[in-house]
Amino acid sequence: MKIIVCVKQVPDTSGKVAVNPDGTLNRASMQTITNPDDMNAVEAALKMKDATGCKVIVVTMGPPPAAGMLRELMAMGADEGVLVSAREFGGSDTYATSQILAAAIDTIGVEKDDIVMCGRQAIDGDTAQVGPQIAEKLGLPQVTYAADIQKDGSTVTVKRMLEDGYMTIKAQTPCLLTCIKELNNPRYMSIGGIYATYNKPLETFDYEKLKDHRLIDATTIGLKGSPTNIFKSFTPPQKGAGMMLEGADKATCEQLAGILAKKHII
Amino acid sequence: MSNFNSADIAAFKDVWVFCEQREGKLMPTDFELISKGRDLANELGVNVCGLLLGGKGIESAAKELGGYGADKVYVCEDEKLAVYNTDAYAKVICDVIEELKPEAFLIGATNIGRDLAPRCAARLHTGLCADCTHLDIDVANYIQFLRESSTLDVDGQKWDMEDRNLKMTRPAFGGHLMATIICPRFRPCMATVRPGVMKKNAFDQAKADACVIEKPAFTLSDADIHTEVTEVVKAAKKLVDLIGADFIVSVGRGISKDVEGGIKLAEELAAELGGVVGGSRATIDSGWLSADHQVGQTGKTVHPKVYIALGISGAIQHKAGMQDSECIIAVNKNDTAPIFEIADYGICGDLFKVTPMLTEAIRAAKAAK
Ligand SMILES: Cc1cc2nc3c(=O)[nH]c(=O)nc-3n(C[C@H](O)[C@H](O)[C@H](O)COP(=O)(O)OP(=O)(O)OC[C@H]3O[C@@H](n4cnc5c(N)ncnc54)[C@H](O)[C@@H]3O)c2cc1C
Ligand SMILES: Cc1cc2nc3c(=O)[nH]c(=O)nc-3n(C[C@H](O)[C@H](O)[C@H](O)COP(=O)(O)OP(=O)(O)OC[C@H]3O[C@@H](n4cnc5c(N)ncnc54)[C@H](O)[C@@H]3O)c2cc1C
Repeated sequence: MKIIVCVKQVPDTSGKVAVNPDGTLNRASMQTITNPDDMNAVEAALKMKDATGCKVIVVTMGPPPAAGMLRELMAMGADEGVLVSAREFGGSDTYATSQILAAAIDTIGVEKDDIVMCGRQAIDGDTAQVGPQIAEKLGLPQVTYAADIQKDGSTVTVKRMLEDGYMTIKAQTPCLLTCIKELNNPRYMSIGGIYATYNKPLETFDYEKLKDHRLIDATTIGLKGSPTNIFKSFTPPQKGAGMMLEGADKATCEQLAGILAKKHII
Repeated sequence: MSNFNSADIAAFKDVWVFCEQREGKLMPTDFELISKGRDLANELGVNVCGLLLGGKGIESAAKELGGYGADKVYVCEDEKLAVYNTDAYAKVICDVIEELKPEAFLIGATNIGRDLAPRCAARLHTGLCADCTHLDIDVANYIQFLRESSTLDVDGQKWDMEDRNLKMTRPAFGGHLMATIICPRFRPCMATVRPGVMKKNAFDQAKADACVIEKPAFTLSDADIHTEVTEVVKAAKKLVDLIGADFIVSVGRGISKDVEGGIKLAEELAAELGGVVGGSRATIDSGWLSADHQVGQTGKTVHPKVYIALGISGAIQHKAGMQDSECIIAVNKNDTAPIFEIADYGICGDLFKVTPMLTEAIRAAKAAK
């Protein structure tokens, strides 16, 4: 049994986000972190490893420096890392990204007992689409928004969150789960783990390695192969210095409620 | 090059809306999306159709969608569709779409919509825009939208006024960036749409009566379904989930002259917004609220859509936990309180007077929508 976890390196959007004058993000000014939901996915996998001794493989698609993130995750306890990296893969939308990641996962091999895990959503692209799309491309059942995962033999029982409650869903392995922060508290790297990480295998899958896979078609990957394109991007109107509403009466409150309604906040 | 049905874009027509139901009841987003779909369909000169899946008898819920603008509702009834299941829904929806070929397909960005839509888009080989907050067909309308909502120099750009692509605008990077996505080469063009954003039309009984119900043929067997929903549990009493809350109304030492009354006012405001009550450390240290309510450096860090601070001075340790909220509203009787420095909207006044008026004004504004 093994668990393959998809992890993405993302700019930390929780703090100050710098925007270039042309409306693009100034990525250089932001720290990169492992996508928070993916940390929960890794922790869930490591918990299963603690319990069963299964293997945990972390996979990322990104530029070469993303290998550093894989080393950190291996220092937490993951056994192997795979970096999927090629110029041909750049600019992919979620459809193309999922196709490439599915090809990489299939190349690693998904067996009867295995689970593929993703975060629910990456904090940069913010789409939450890659997990379900990988599942479709691999023909695996999916359970998203996992807040609790129990595995018993080949049956996985998941608490799947809804806005107003939850569902309990049973799936058979192999399957794909997307994880949310309610699932667990990710552990830290251990000293022993940091020593061990450089002896663990980290492989790079480049275009050559994946190009003959059935899912890799030059016309459906990368910027050109992506079904969606970014037509325009822009920054929302800057948060002003704030506005003091005059008076503290009924009219003031109505003015405020009107603003909130107009902005679709209420 | 691969050949996809979805690439034959001239064969696709009409705007479709996935109409989500839970326990046989339509979701509010369905009406919002039908209303928006109506506008888009008018711009394109086509029909807007609902797609409603559910158990036996779900057809009876369909006509109501007509009242908000649907010309037609496609209804798929099967006991296996009574409760949402990814495999069953994706199978039926993709089969029906491949057969009937809508050009645009909108889905509410609920926890269910965001599970279903990407699965379908991947199967149909088409593009999907996530969690949209704005949709346009007409370029003139889109330009007007950019004028109001961006700093782009729209006059300095060339526009193809004949462009008929659906322009789907969405926030990314935690709301720091907006992107307009198009899907020019494949159909249907798909989008999940954030609940609560699109305005719903006034209900029109005559249109509801005129709405056509059609039941497309589909097949669905147990072999198509690989997961089993064993229970659906509705949340009982809401725990104080500050981190997950979209709306937080926090109280501070400013409630000291009537602690119970102050908390009650905050609860009423929070209830009206569908949010929860939090507090500054002063309120926790005084024993007025339990520790799980604390916002700040040694409490919780929150990013709600709206954070309302009532009688909180805005100490640095408090700000640390709430300054990244999307919108901050502060009520404080002291106009130099530091909380006003980070507030989007400030009201200088007595929270005991202002809060009930604000609750009432919000109730009225929501009712007027
Ligand atoms: C401003 C902007 C808007 C965009 N809007 C859209 C859009 O509407 N539709 C669209 O199709 N594309 C869109 N994209 C492209 C999209 O962001 C990229 O395809 C991105 O690589 C994956 O999407 P995501 O970041 O939203 O990931 P999500 O789908 O949110 O990620 C979910 C999970 O999938 C896994 N995962 C995602 N990416 C990787 C990776 N590279 N390596 C390993 N695991 C991964 C992780 O486990 C992650 O937690 C947009 C891009 C930008 C910059
Ligand atoms: C190490 C450390 C960690 C801390 N961590 C936290 C933390 O996590 N969270 C936190 O909140 N604090 C924290 N604090 C405490 C912080 O420094 C402040 O003491 C605390 O936030 C003050 O709470 P307050 O704003 O409710 O009270 P005050 O500062 O006393 O402010 C009360 C405000 O109410 C206003 N007011 C009074 N009556 C009314 C009325 N009728 N109508 C309207 N306004 C009125 C006043 O003008 C005043 O601005 C920490 C402090 C330390 C040293």
